[in-house]
Amino acid sequence: MTEITEVPSPFCGMGTDDLSIQVDGTTLKVTANGCSVNTPAFEQAIADTVPRIAGQAASLEAATTKAAELLRNTHQPVIGGCATDVNGMRALLALADKSGAVVDNLNFNIARRNLLALQDSGWMNTTLAELKNRCDLLLIVGTDLEAFAPRFFEKYLWNEEAMFLDNTANREIIYLGKAPSGNASTSPTGQKARVLPCADADLPDVAAALSALVKGHLLNAQSVAGIAISELQLIADKLKAAQYGVILWGAAALAFDQAELTVQTLCNIVKDLNQAGTRCSGFPLGGKEGDQTANQVCGWTTGYPARVNFARGYPEYDPYLYDSQTLLSNGEADALLWVQAFNSSALPPKTHLPTIVIARSGMKFEKDPDVFIPVGTPGIDHAGHAYRLDNVVAIRLKKLRDSGLPSTAEVLSAIEQAL
Amino acid sequence: MLIKLTGGTVYDPASGIDGQQQDIYVQDGRIIDAPKDGRPVDKEYDLRGKVVMSGAIDMHTHIGGGKGNIARTLLPEDHRQDPVHRTSITRSGNGHAMPSTYVAGYRYAEMGYTACFEPAVLPINARQAHMEMGDTPIVDKGGYVMLGSDDFLLRMMTANKDQKAINDYVAWTLNAAKGIGIKVVNAGGINAFKFNQRKLDLDEKNSHYDVTPRQILQTLARAVKELGITHPLHVHGCNLGVPGNLETTLNTIQGIDGLPMHLTHIQFHSYGTEGDFKFSSGAAQIAEAINNNKNITADVGQILFGQTVTASGDNMRQHANHRFASPNKWVCMDIECDAGCGVVPFKYKDQNFVNALQWAIGLEIFLLVEDPWRIFLTTDHPNGAPFTSYPHLIRLLMDRSFRNDMLATIHPEAQKMTTLASIEREYTLNEIAIMTRAGAARIIGLKDRGALSAGNWADITVYTENSDRQTMFTKPDYVFKDGELVVKDGEVVKVTWGTTHIVKPDYDLSIEKDLKPYFDKYLTMKLGNFKISDDEISEDGRGSLTAHPLRGAA
Ligand SMILES: [Zn+2]
Repeated sequence: MTEITEVPSPFCGMGTDDLSIQVDGTTLKVTANGCSVNTPAFEQAIADTVPRIAGQAASLEAATTKAAELLRNTHQPVIGGCATDVNGMRALLALADKSGAVVDNLNFNIARRNLLALQDSGWMNTTLAELKNRCDLLLIVGTDLEAFAPRFFEKYLWNEEAMFLDNTANREIIYLGKAPSGNASTSPTGQKARVLPCADADLPDVAAALSALVKGHLLNAQSVAGIAISELQLIADKLKAAQYGVILWGAAALAFDQAELTVQTLCNIVKDLNQAGTRCSGFPLGGKEGDQTANQVCGWTTGYPARVNFARGYPEYDPYLYDSQTLLSNGEADALLWVQAFNSSALPPKTHLPTIVIARSGMKFEKDPDVFIPVGTPGIDHAGHAYRLDNVVAIRLKKLRDSGLPSTAEVLSAIEQAL
Repeated sequence: MLIKLTGGTVYDPASGIDGQQQDIYVQDGRIIDAPKDGRPVDKEYDLRGKVVMSGAIDMHTHIGGGKGNIARTLLPEDHRQDPVHRTSITRSGNGHAMPSTYVAGYRYAEMGYTACFEPAVLPINARQAHMEMGDTPIVDKGGYVMLGSDDFLLRMMTANKDQKAINDYVAWTLNAAKGIGIKVVNAGGINAFKFNQRKLDLDEKNSHYDVTPRQILQTLARAVKELGITHPLHVHGCNLGVPGNLETTLNTIQGIDGLPMHLTHIQFHSYGTEGDFKFSSGAAQIAEAINNNKNITADVGQILFGQTVTASGDNMRQHANHRFASPNKWVCMDIECDAGCGVVPFKYKDQNFVNALQWAIGLEIFLLVEDPWRIFLTTDHPNGAPFTSYPHLIRLLMDRSFRNDMLATIHPEAQKMTTLASIEREYTLNEIAIMTRAGAARIIGLKDRGALSAGNWADITVYTENSDRQTMFTKPDYVFKDGELVVKDGEVVKVTWGTTHIVKPDYDLSIEKDLKPYFDKYLTMKLGNFKISDDEISEDGRGSLTAHPLRGAA
């Protein structure tokens, strides 16, 4: 039995790297700094270790050969999921390039809300350590932050010391839209977050009103979506008075039509504040399970984030057209390869097409796919790299145990070789 | 395998060879003396009538690190115009302003380049820089690690820590981030922007820390020298792009106390305030200062007309310049109490007075700096122009009548404000070989690269002599990387993976006694997880590390 300390987590997205994990054979136990997201993800037992072809146990070689056979002569295969580490994503893109596949990150429709805003007008953003040491005012828009990242407040807001704040407990937290589900946002001295709730669908109007107030425009309305304009004016004033205000949103929570316009409004509020002489930064709370990793690696390999099509021999990007769900349901795709090395309950979309699943051991299917290859989890079964939710810092994942499970990269490379 | 390159006209300034016909032998990746034992040659290339140089080295090009990926993501429309098909041996991708990594490697190799250095590696994000460079085929790579706006250094300086402690921190960071040099960008300015300072002059104090840019430059330049790092402190000065910054630059040169210093993209720091537009060329004074101060080297950061994207650590200046963004979208980031970045697309126009004069200023500096060993050919890719414009730039330097033809087409007021037409100098092939090969290898501290003498790695580029130098330098006949033929007739024929060049200066391990609590308290990563291990570079079976000796070492 050994204990490994300073373990980074690929699961929570925060890049938390202070976990202690006890390793007993292939059994893991989080002994320090776990949370409701990380602990079960680390402690999940290994289930299958043997690949299956149509439900029957097979060797890894037979399974990768069969997978290559299924991909050969396809016209429009789809590689979905993309939940893996940097090396896994490298191998995935190599295979996609060779097979002319569509590559589609499983959370692209969420990430798209940020990407479209970025690609239309850009933004001014910050990262976790800046937030931890500088942020004196955090405006959280439309997002239940602690449900998304249970340790966020403890680690980055209520830290004992910050380089540029006398007392971190004096930070001001404001929720606009969604109310928090717990009390993590209450400061250590008992100061509760200010909460201005509204319906998700009203956030575009509320953000637009706040934007107008930040610009100094007068509004005739007394309230918007049940929030008094005077309350929004107070937020605008606080943003202007802050030393280092941060506006945070989680794109996943902005589940309404044209949410990218609301993201853009928030980004423009940040720009306007900086233009008017105050420092302020945006913080788009990125995803988990390799979302950022997929977009980053696809970014440097193809120039585009992870929804691209290689069918014509070069990468083409269309944030709508190459939606794998649509391609599968309208008959444009003719094979599916699903990659999910983190989460055994993230099943592939249902399809009658030939299906290859490369996933974390333990994935349970209603109907077994044509090929299933259980792979090791990055950061548990093999070393690797993953991006944090602030989309900047790459963390080094550790190997914790010898499970004998292959990595996603090994399996995808073997399929590519066999193709 | 014994390879013989027969009868080429060799330009090898490191060996003092200026256009002499000679044979070159290559075995096991290296150049060797002519074998005396009569062994048979396995492969011979008849290079009579062709020009032979060592592989070119780009000593300042943004090919890795997070800002490049932001630039890529920001500009899908730019990529759509330059799709690159996969072939049986090469990966697909796309090009132009910020190409995908594979395409960058192929295109560099196809132009005869065999090594490229990323100048802005944020320590906290060095992993990304190495991963992107790890996916850049054929060429060797390396990076300069950015310091000077990191809170740890500024805290040390404010606390008056001695130079020895700072040297330890610099060496520790360089080892942890795996770089070959130290870069400073707008010394302290990226940090000051986080405290809402919008400009920072050379002798202006950070509003929080008790330090000035001049003190930061002196401290870091001294650290680099005392640690024995060959590459001088790589400096992106204060006030980038500001009319009148010529004074700051001259002051920076004077204020470094004779320590070795490399001034990067000096074109952007050579502006006066004369004339109707309050914008004029400071090239003559800058060139004179470089000529007179032997401790100073510079690369130009030439701008060339067309669409590109500027990607810089200098978010203070990038934020100030965002109103020139074309297309109108841009990104600024504050990063991890370490650094920042700014990405602003730009379209340089020959009929825009400022852009036209910037073009002329760059060329003036190239032509007025006398010593080609101390000036380097860069566009600060992609900031001044994409690296694919180098052959055009070489023609501008080598061909006065072509240069003057181009000059005649730019904004008329800019023509009046430049002395370019009167400059007669035309670079020779030997001088081009110095600035893009021998000089670059020397300034970076690359042992056994950039020269064609026995013992060197066989990075060799072969051109067909052509009076149109742009054509000549666009499409080499052959490029050998570590002795392997990788490019033939301007096209990749074999994909290899270059090495990563680093230095490993010694330091006192006790620096971690200060660093560990700093990481634990203030940062978001553990000290142990911050350090990049050797296997992160080599574990995929393609990458490798090559450590170069320090000054004074064997
Ligand atoms: Zn640069």
